[in-house]
Amino acid sequence: MWISILPELGHYALILALCFALVQSSLPLWGTYRRQAFWMAFAQPMALGQFFFLSVSLLLLSLSFLLDDFSVAYIANNSNSALPWYYKISAVWGSHEGSLLLWLWILAAWTAAVGIFSRALPRDLLAQVLAVMGWIAVGFGLFVLLTSNPFARLLPDAPLEGGDLNPLLQDIGLILHPPMLYMGYVGFSVAFAFAIAALLNGRLDAAWARWSRPWTSAAWAFLTIGIALGSWWAYYELGWGGWWFWDPVENASLMPWLVGTALMHSLAVTEKRGVFKSWTVLLAIFAFSLSLLGTFLVRSGVLTSVHAFASDPERGYFILVFLALVVGGSLFLYALKAPAVKSHVSYSLLSKEMLLLVNNILLVVICVTVLLGTIYPLILDALGLGKISVGPPYFNALFVPLTSLLCIALGIGPLVNWRTMARKQLVQRIWLAGAVALGLGMALPWVYGGEWNLYVALGGLLAVWLVGTQVRDLLHKTRHAKQGRLQALKGLGLSYWGMQLGHLGVALCVVGVTLVSNYSAEKDVRMEVGQSIQVGDYFFRFEGIRQVQGPNYTSDQGVLLRVSEDNQVISTLLPEKRLYLARRQVMTEAAIEWGLMEDIYVAMGEPLPDGAWAIRIHYKPFVRWLWIGGLVMALGGLLAVADKRYRQANPVQA
Amino acid sequence: MKRLLLFLPLAIFILMGAFFLRGLELDPSARESALIGQPLPDFRLPTLENPQRYISKADLQGQVVLLNVWGSWCPSCYQEHPSLLKAAHEYQIPVIGLNYKDEEAAAKVYLQKQGNPYAFNLVEREGERKLAFDLGVYGAPETFIVDAQGVVRYHLAGVLTDAILQQEILPKVRQWQN
Repeated sequence: MWISILPELGHYALILALCFALVQSSLPLWGTYRRQAFWMAFAQPMALGQFFFLSVSLLLLSLSFLLDDFSVAYIANNSNSALPWYYKISAVWGSHEGSLLLWLWILAAWTAAVGIFSRALPRDLLAQVLAVMGWIAVGFGLFVLLTSNPFARLLPDAPLEGGDLNPLLQDIGLILHPPMLYMGYVGFSVAFAFAIAALLNGRLDAAWARWSRPWTSAAWAFLTIGIALGSWWAYYELGWGGWWFWDPVENASLMPWLVGTALMHSLAVTEKRGVFKSWTVLLAIFAFSLSLLGTFLVRSGVLTSVHAFASDPERGYFILVFLALVVGGSLFLYALKAPAVKSHVSYSLLSKEMLLLVNNILLVVICVTVLLGTIYPLILDALGLGKISVGPPYFNALFVPLTSLLCIALGIGPLVNWRTMARKQLVQRIWLAGAVALGLGMALPWVYGGEWNLYVALGGLLAVWLVGTQVRDLLHKTRHAKQGRLQALKGLGLSYWGMQLGHLGVALCVVGVTLVSNYSAEKDVRMEVGQSIQVGDYFFRFEGIRQVQGPNYTSDQGVLLRVSEDNQVISTLLPEKRLYLARRQVMTEAAIEWGLMEDIYVAMGEPLPDGAWAIRIHYKPFVRWLWIGGLVMALGGLLAVADKRYRQANPVQA
Repeated sequence: MKRLLLFLPLAIFILMGAFFLRGLELDPSARESALIGQPLPDFRLPTLENPQRYISKADLQGQVVLLNVWGSWCPSCYQEHPSLLKAAHEYQIPVIGLNYKDEEAAAKVYLQKQGNPYAFNLVEREGERKLAFDLGVYGAPETFIVDAQGVVRYHLAGVLTDAILQQEILPKVRQWQN
């Protein structure tokens, strides 16, 4: 049987990759210590070799999934022969072991990318960066091989059929969400490695910040997409129309995002003005540490979460030791080597430096708030003080005011000059946007909802403020244009447009959060076949239920027509109740008619006597703006990465 | 002095690490509630079964009940559901549901499909005082034993299994019933 050795080959490739990582993490460092180019030169080939063997390993695991090799324990638990092929592929990262292999592979991909795209870097710095990433790969490689081997077999009694992938995860959102999220988490390892390398050789300068920037922005963009996808998935798949639950696992992804956002901005100051160096290094360490912490919280079982990842204390101890080595080690290095001397660059209270500092402080405070809320029960428990509730009330109570402050600072920041600025000049630049925002914000709840609502007014004010100051900045940047403003807009550079898009994304999210939180409506209706009903401004007609056979489920599919007032069919909505056969699990598939301004979200309730059904209809205004905002932010990040100035071989400032 | 300040992040991290280490030894599902030995917080909530019918704390008194916090959105709740059914039907313990952060229609479907162990289910609507918040509920599922005088006697955060039901809950319920 030739098929049966594929998992062994995959396992073997994984071990080889670990060996490559071991070499990558040691010899190049020896080379920088001894200043011998020969040893440093090991870094790149080892990184590529590691990437190659991890690719082989991941490919063989995927192939084993496609071939239904249920003698592999992981496949037997997470796949089924009736599962469609694309879910067999995504099942590779559908649970703990495989998702860690994906994690490792993405780390190797980032490492290889650094090796390929950083030829302009000084040799010793590149060797150090790749070596640091090698340590992380060794740690995670050992973790996979020793505690979470996806290739472990169930021999000699291999089951004939697999237990199937969790139906919640059989979905396009889950095919994409984890890889994007991991791209973000792991991507912060590059900024981390740059920071550690800079600490090791004491070269914390503008060049270091400039090299780190595109990698940080790229990782941040992926993390943004990952979080947005996760929220979108939860919205349509969990069947009750929510989009953020303050669950520990969600918080674990939000924290590195917040610190990563701070890091992007802090790197800009360090590059442009040479200040905040120690702070920037610290943020780089934090961003990656929080990614690792998220891994620990999710997979060790220290917190209860609705995301039931297979947790195991043994794995918890392993990650904790790893966390202690990586985070503890790098913070120790930081304490020893970070420049304690204040740099001699001066800036006044009213300057871009100061505004970016405010941004950083607010983001870090928000992150600490989330962190505290997440681990508070754990801390109290460890101290024997019992338990206090931390739920959405806590998070919302702190998150709303803090992000409001952040948005206000965000509007001012781009309009302030570096170094110093007269207050009068600033007021001149922002007063109009402020006045318009105040006026429109106050008007919004009346226009949209017909009555006063403080939160809607606040959200409207902030969104208009953000967009207004952005427009003001565009006008300001093009004020001297001789050949017309449009022409001048084209000359503004990709990083600048990246920033504008990033900030616009925030404004879009503010609109989405505000309106969907305050104006969502839902209604439970009893519908008989042929019956028409009015919900809000919409009319629906229920055509009945039909049986649908899926590849691994059977389904009761409701046919609901949305009709106009004179009974013309506008659209057809097909909500489902699915019974997944392997696990005998019932799932609600909501039918969503999506629109830019509103979603109509229909979910099936239970059958009622006389062939009637309970049907739940939600109205979700502007909910898409949340995820569109996320995507716009991510696009901004990627635009900034694409800016030419990061790819100049001989940058002026170096 | 400045140098010492740079050790601060490390110190904070070590402190956090100590908590995590301790956390690994503690079972999160056995996390004790601060409410044990305390009276159940006052509440007045409608039920899922009949929105016009309001239940308050006084209605529970006189019997030992299991108060189970659940939601149809919560995968772990599906997992513990058979044990709840067993508690209600086999052991005749009155089980009262607190439908947490859920949609009412979805909750009804859940009970229809999974079976209904609950005598009735309390629901918390927008704007009403939240019992779950007063109880210190962190997620779902969570289960409490409330004695005949309305005092919380036991708390379980996490999935209720048959083993927990037989070894912990059943003896406790019988103890407080006498």
